[in-house]
Amino acid sequence: MGNYPADLKYTKEHEWARIEGNRARVGITAYAQEQLGDVVFVELPKVGATVSQMQTFGVVESVKAVSDLYAPLSGGVVEVNAELVKKPELVNQDPYGKGWMLLIAVSDATEVDALLTAPQYEEFLATAGH
Amino acid sequence: MPERSEAPLKRTPLYAVHVKAGARMVPFGGWEMPLQYAGIVEEHRAVRRAVGLFDVSHMGEFEISGPGALAVLQPLTTNDVGALAVGQVQYSLLCYPDGGIVDDLTVYRLGDDRFMLTVNAANIDRDWAWVTGQGQGDCRWKNRSDETALLAVQGPRAEGLVGRLADTDVTRIGYYRFARGTVAGSAAIISRTGYTGEDGFELYAEAREAESLWYALLDAGKDDGIMPVGLGARDTLRLEMKYALYGNDIDHTTNPIEAGLGWVVKLSKGEFIGRTAIEKIKAEGPRRKLVGFEMVDRAVARHGYRVLKGGLEIGVVTSGSYGPQVDRYIGMGYVATAHSKVGDEIEVEVRGKAQQAKVVQTPFYPSKVKKG
Repeated sequence: MGNYPADLKYTKEHEWARIEGNRARVGITAYAQEQLGDVVFVELPKVGATVSQMQTFGVVESVKAVSDLYAPLSGGVVEVNAELVKKPELVNQDPYGKGWMLLIAVSDATEVDALLTAPQYEEFLATAGH
Repeated sequence: MPERSEAPLKRTPLYAVHVKAGARMVPFGGWEMPLQYAGIVEEHRAVRRAVGLFDVSHMGEFEISGPGALAVLQPLTTNDVGALAVGQVQYSLLCYPDGGIVDDLTVYRLGDDRFMLTVNAANIDRDWAWVTGQGQGDCRWKNRSDETALLAVQGPRAEGLVGRLADTDVTRIGYYRFARGTVAGSAAIISRTGYTGEDGFELYAEAREAESLWYALLDAGKDDGIMPVGLGARDTLRLEMKYALYGNDIDHTTNPIEAGLGWVVKLSKGEFIGRTAIEKIKAEGPRRKLVGFEMVDRAVARHGYRVLKGGLEIGVVTSGSYGPQVDRYIGMGYVATAHSKVGDEIEVEVRGKAQQAKVVQTPFYPSKVKKG
């Protein structure tokens, strides 16, 4: 807990985005994986699919729960983390690293303004959040 | 299971112990129970590999005693209580007249005229009303649920662990048998039963002894690799064995024959509630069966998902998850009898999409209980 890197942007649905030039890498936060418990299944879109900001792009399932995944930003999917098919537990083990989910080509950079900074996300968790 | 928000959740005598251990507490059947401590998958594998400790004190215990006890129990339950020797345990069912299941339970013969019934936590009040309402005779009922703690010690290391702490030779307790003794100084019924498919014991003790017994077991089991285990892993462990969970796989709308529980229905024992209906279902053959299936496509089946064949609905999923030991997505559900054979290909509708599955041999993981 309390592990929210400052270089990431966050959603209130507990996804993160790391801006890499005009692309963004996407995953779920340490808080999200902690709440889910052992992740046993991740369903992601195919490369070439389009995702829209705060629309669902996939599903993550733990032993007990099914949760929708929401896109922090709009764009085309240029890469998905295929390793999660075989090793969904990477989402628990390394949510900001090997547990990443999507790389998207960002279609509207101004959407970043709608995302939370790390301190804002932590504030959200501490108050309204859950 | 839906929770009634107006009713405060009940707590076992070990509630504070779980909170202190950092367990995630969740509502279950009207109780506030530990879902997990270290994590469901890790706890599950610890039970299969070594030993796990479960607080299942939320279960209910009813005692019935008196010269008429046996005569009262026979028409209430589906299994033959008369076949139980003192010191023996029996899995059984309470049924409604239409064959629907009131609850599944274990029956202990404590003495010639004295029995204990262990029932599901969520059903305690309803079961109590049912058995005391139906069960009239020369006997006395006593609801001992609140004063009784129940700890389960399950896994290949359970026998050694309980044996070191008990004043009786637990290696002499056969499967579905029990002995009275002390464990770590606490008087207990030491029962060789469980809900995991592993060898192990369930220990019934006084509620006020629960905490000292819990810590004594954790302490003595340290070198065995003991872990406290929550309801999450209890559920995946029983799923790998295809043990039915009341409220998920069986309830008042399901009958024992379609649930594969015909082996605890003894039609030859004489009259019991539900007998006529069950006899008819048995004679005609059930129209659906509770099967175990494994996902062929990558998807997780969940309770309530539809089972399809060629787009047509042929059944419903009653339990489904990832099986941490078998490392596959597995489930159970009611499927039309025509599609219920091992090897039959079925589909499970997951988020609007038909995903391939197949009926497989169960248990999914070979049982390690010490039979005979």
